[in-house]
Amino acid sequence: MPTARYTVIAGAAAIALMATGCAGAGGSDSSGGGKSINVLMVGNPQMEDIAKLTKDTFTKDTGIEVNFTVLPENELRDKVTQDIATQAGQYDVATIGAYEVPIWEKNGWLHELGSYADKDTSFDKADLLRPMVQSLSGSDGKLYALPFYGESSFLMYNKHVMKAKGITVPEHPTWQQIAEIAAKVDGAEPGMRGICLRGLAGWGELGAPLTSVVNTFGGTWFTKDWKAQVNSPAFKKATNFYVDLVRKHGEAGAAQAGFTECLNAMSQKKVAMWYDATSAAGSLEDPSSSKIAGHVGYAYAPTVETKSSGWLWSWAWAMPRTTKNADAASKFMLWASSKKYEKLVGEKLGWARVPAGKRASTYDIPQYQKAAGSFGDITLKSIEQADPSDPGVQPRPTVGIQYVAIPEFQDLGTKVTQEISAAIAGKTSVDKALNDGQKLAEAVAENYQK
Amino acid sequence: MTTLTAPPETAPPPIRPRTRSAASKWRRRIPLLPALVFTIVVTQLPFVATLVISTFQWNILRPGDRHFTGLSNYAFVFTDERLRAAVLNTAVLTASVVLISVLLGLCLAMLLDRRFPGRGLARTLLIAPFLVMPVAASLLWKHAIYNPDYGLLNGTLNGVYRLFGADHGPTVDWVSSYPMPAVVVSLVWQWTPFMMLIILAGLQAQPGDVLEAARVDGASAMATFRHITLPHLRQYLELGILLGTIYVVQTFDAVYTITQGGPGSQTTNLPYEIYLTMFRKYEYGEAAAAGVVVVLGSIVIATFALRTIASLFREEVSR
Repeated sequence: MPTARYTVIAGAAAIALMATGCAGAGGSDSSGGGKSINVLMVGNPQMEDIAKLTKDTFTKDTGIEVNFTVLPENELRDKVTQDIATQAGQYDVATIGAYEVPIWEKNGWLHELGSYADKDTSFDKADLLRPMVQSLSGSDGKLYALPFYGESSFLMYNKHVMKAKGITVPEHPTWQQIAEIAAKVDGAEPGMRGICLRGLAGWGELGAPLTSVVNTFGGTWFTKDWKAQVNSPAFKKATNFYVDLVRKHGEAGAAQAGFTECLNAMSQKKVAMWYDATSAAGSLEDPSSSKIAGHVGYAYAPTVETKSSGWLWSWAWAMPRTTKNADAASKFMLWASSKKYEKLVGEKLGWARVPAGKRASTYDIPQYQKAAGSFGDITLKSIEQADPSDPGVQPRPTVGIQYVAIPEFQDLGTKVTQEISAAIAGKTSVDKALNDGQKLAEAVAENYQK
Repeated sequence: MTTLTAPPETAPPPIRPRTRSAASKWRRRIPLLPALVFTIVVTQLPFVATLVISTFQWNILRPGDRHFTGLSNYAFVFTDERLRAAVLNTAVLTASVVLISVLLGLCLAMLLDRRFPGRGLARTLLIAPFLVMPVAASLLWKHAIYNPDYGLLNGTLNGVYRLFGADHGPTVDWVSSYPMPAVVVSLVWQWTPFMMLIILAGLQAQPGDVLEAARVDGASAMATFRHITLPHLRQYLELGILLGTIYVVQTFDAVYTITQGGPGSQTTNLPYEIYLTMFRKYEYGEAAAAGVVVVLGSIVIATFALRTIASLFREEVSR
């Protein structure tokens, strides 16, 4: 069959091109008895820390060399998806998120890791937070990735500004209250805006906070039997609320502002409040980069109809099926997610830098409690309250809070948030954005309706 | 430049016997074969692979579901609303960048064509933007210039307003309010030096005696420019426009960095849309088909470009 042969040739050519593109990422030595592994990871501060610490500790103890490749989030996703999907087998370990795990597990791309974790008694699998385990498990209930750190979302605010205006932010605010406060503190200092909310297009940028707002307004992307709901009344109400709030009291340049821009705006006192990831707190409390370190207040993710509305995310270690160094790779993953490693970071680099949010025991460490006094407790509770299997007011077809765990969502989420971002910029209306989005969502839903 | 002539005649090469066997011809070519194979492999094979992939329904996120679909990907490319919008955006972006930078390049080249102290320095400074890497230039524009909080444009506005006693100026969100102009301006900044260089070369190749004759005959500067300089520059302008078009059509860095194709898809051009198809949708077949269409379009433009260059050289030689 000629077509089959061409497929093979084309595939081989594509893989060869990718492989040459990847060459130099670190000399793999699969024949060397598993003494060297290649790790691909996202360039977040916690990952940069582990790259620094591995040589003198893990490699020294086990003799396993670890070659790290560090990439920014978007490039990481591109590369890891290509590598695993084409079975190129460049990497023995890769950091992936809660979104990828169930999809990739279904494709048979990932090694099961629960049995490795069970065998290692010092690892203490039972200590891992339940929502983390749930979001990193496959449909068979087995663990397919080990969490490195986890996060939920919450509201951060500038205590000085609130005090000057005589405002008390409730511990469990509603979105309505937050909108009122945003209006009051807008302009509290010259050039200061009320709140920072992401407006940058992307399923992982604007898509994340917006979906958590949609959830608590009673909306959803899809019903349990895969009916698209993007232009449903609840979804519209939530999006209109979000877009109005950003347009009236949001940060300057909102349509281009993602996590990084908001972190910058908040730490440079350009906004009075910020709703985003709990992992942002560590950076806001760092006096070397933040002008408001030490006077940041924290409140739970604002709600409307649900009891809680924080999202759930984790960066986790996964092992592609293609690896030839499963033993060495599993040793590294277990070490990186262990209590021992958290302690090492605390002692060597400072307790605020511990990759937290995955283990209950982290929050019992006295030194960590002291370092993360203002946000540690609320982070843990936000993660514990998050329910990825039932985050809204109706049953869902997939597990996940701020995303829909289907391969098409990267594309769908990106395109719909592009339109909503345009609405934030005032270039289109929310109604038009969501009606267009509904068409895209309906096309996706067709793949799943029975 | 005007003295470019045909190479001097040399003794004709010795006549070789014409009756070489095919085998011996091939033997002579053997040392060249590796280079030929290498060239074919690196230049043609990826394109052939792309052609093949473009006939497949292939989403890498759905392993095991890859099959031949004939030309349906091409049908999708030509009927998809987003791709059509992307074609339009690409045309607007390319045409405005090329035309504006040619006009600016022409003005700068006219200025640089005159003698003045510090001309070398001015020329070097003017060329600089072309030497900055596209990503670095885009980042510079996005953060240092357009940013509504700390960018140069709003900073200047603030300064002006403060001069007149205001607290601070209006906060203009340049990238969101004027997305296409924002991308165009940053690209014009990069491409003007290129146009300037080409046009400057044309200006310096202008025969001095003709200009002097025009002056003696009492032609005004404007008339000299319109009736002598501009016709002389025509081919240089064409060359600049065509080469610029080929490069600007492929613009990715500026769109990716400054606007991410937004707001909405107002600045999504073809390369960025193909990138989204490849890395967000993971539809390799669709991306390959769109890529093939862009290549065919570029080949058409490039053919015109090569013809212009060829005619330019013919003119030079025959002069």
